[in-house]
Amino acid sequence: MSDDTLLLEATDLRLRLHTHAGAVDAVRGVSFRLRRGETLGLVGESGCGKSLTAMTLMGLQPEGATVSGSLRFHGEELIGQSEARWCALRGDRIGMVFQEPMSALNPVHTIGHQVAEPLRLHRGLSAAAARKEAVALLDRVGIADASRRYDAWPHQFSGGQRQRITIAMALACGPDLLIADEPTTALDVTIAGQILQLIRELVRERSMGLILISHDLGVIAQNVSRMMVMYGGLVVESGPTREVFTRRAHPYTQGLFGSRPQLGTAAHPGGGRRARLAAIPGNVPELSHLPPGCPFAGRCPVAGPTCEEQMPADIRIEPDHHARCIRLEAAA
Amino acid sequence: MSDTAAPSTVTPGAWGAFMRRAARHPSFVIGGTLTLLLVGAAILSLFWTPWSPYEMNLAGKLQPPSSTHWLGTDPFGRDVASLLLVGARNSILVGVIAVGIGLGIGGALGLLASARRGWVEEVIMRLADFTFAFPAILSAIMMTAVFGAGIVNSIIAIGIFNIPTFARVTRASANAIASRDFILAARACGKGPWRITVEHVVPNIASVLIVQATIQFAIAILAEAALSYLGLGTQPPQPSWGRMLSEAQTLLFQSPMLAVYPGVAIALAVLGLNLLGDGLRDLLDPRLTRKR
Repeated sequence: MSDDTLLLEATDLRLRLHTHAGAVDAVRGVSFRLRRGETLGLVGESGCGKSLTAMTLMGLQPEGATVSGSLRFHGEELIGQSEARWCALRGDRIGMVFQEPMSALNPVHTIGHQVAEPLRLHRGLSAAAARKEAVALLDRVGIADASRRYDAWPHQFSGGQRQRITIAMALACGPDLLIADEPTTALDVTIAGQILQLIRELVRERSMGLILISHDLGVIAQNVSRMMVMYGGLVVESGPTREVFTRRAHPYTQGLFGSRPQLGTAAHPGGGRRARLAAIPGNVPELSHLPPGCPFAGRCPVAGPTCEEQMPADIRIEPDHHARCIRLEAAA
Repeated sequence: MSDTAAPSTVTPGAWGAFMRRAARHPSFVIGGTLTLLLVGAAILSLFWTPWSPYEMNLAGKLQPPSSTHWLGTDPFGRDVASLLLVGARNSILVGVIAVGIGLGIGGALGLLASARRGWVEEVIMRLADFTFAFPAILSAIMMTAVFGAGIVNSIIAIGIFNIPTFARVTRASANAIASRDFILAARACGKGPWRITVEHVVPNIASVLIVQATIQFAIAILAEAALSYLGLGTQPPQPSWGRMLSEAQTLLFQSPMLAVYPGVAIALAVLGLNLLGDGLRDLLDPRLTRKR
């Protein structure tokens, strides 16, 4: 499926926010490579920096934030690029789908107009040509009777349909990379399944790169071949999805798996049918009060005395599977 | 919300629904009727008045209402009804131009402040605060005193004092829109700040600005009447409600109705525009739409 062109390469990508409480490092060194047709998942709980990472990949980080490191798209360095260059890329080469389909469409424009806009903006298509393509796109994402509903308003559609429309918007110009930030979190489970299937099909059809952000391990398992687990702005574990799922090298990854309800099987050994869910104790630490060492140390069941003091190195477990934990360091 | 937020772009069905709701809204109906009467009187005066508003007839001065002079005549023997009709035209002219200046310049500054943020926003908003610190009428008097009395200068003075009001309202509502998800989605589609402002922000704040414009229109009519009353606005022989009031003042005990007619005209015009503004605010507010 994937060809050899390197699509996106992030090296030590960092995002520093300047808040009233001082500088906060919200993303602390994210590195990955993505080829065409490859899929990458970003998983973690709220506030771990996964959405901010996605925004940084779009050049849409909060105003006044400092981005450092390197981000190469088709070999072109994007960090420090002008806003005009970013505008030319966004919506044309890189598309993005958001979490809230109910509010991601402008209520005062027809949905067709909104899908046709990127085509007119980036391709310079005439209104008629853009309409024709937008109808085809709406049809492809599963809006029934697209040519008639082109002139309908956002409020006349359900959440699932609106998410299909935002996907059509993101894909209008045939981008090489699609970033989906929790695309199904706001939807019913059945609808969510359909939307994810649509995204999977489109990624395969167009051999796009996909970066899927989710807090839901089930969504990650079914949709991406590689994944990164984030905690406290840090990638604590990364590798092929299957391997991360079987190996669970980092204690946080183990905690994430333990806190998932599972049907049929026991949640953890000896639990039986009525086993309680194993919640991770404590709360996500404030990004402004992270320890110098491992951010998870405060909640980690196996933390040692040195965990909070020293940042653990990124340990290679398998050729493509890495995790940051001092216990792996000892084993290595 | 789209069925009411932008009446200019709605589908025919939504427009019909809007009109049906509007017809049941008392302040919209009363305000709209009074405003239509004001506009109708102004338009009528362009083609026809019972008598010429400039024609004096000292022999027939201060006549009581009769079938020839419906509302009687003033101290110069001019027909009061004709003066009122032409005065309506004058008030509308002042309102339209003053609100146009305020909306055009103030709206643009508000959008600029909201789109650029940072120091641009600070400078524009502090200037607006600064302008607000002066009583508007006092400043208008100062300006007409410096640049000369007359209708043009008083319109400009009133218009300038509309600018900070519109700048504030525009910036506040544009900032509220800027934090909405569809703005982020538009940015993710590669739209620059200018396009986003024109295509996404302006249509969403249009209803707020329409409401503000009707209210500022009423204030402009009052301000013009006040300036003309003080002799700084409309100059003779051009009829104006404010000047009619000031001319009637000296004869208040002799023929009090001469002051009542323009007074009632001003009050009804301002009341009508304010009611219309209130009604539009209710009808264009999407949150209230759902509850009705």
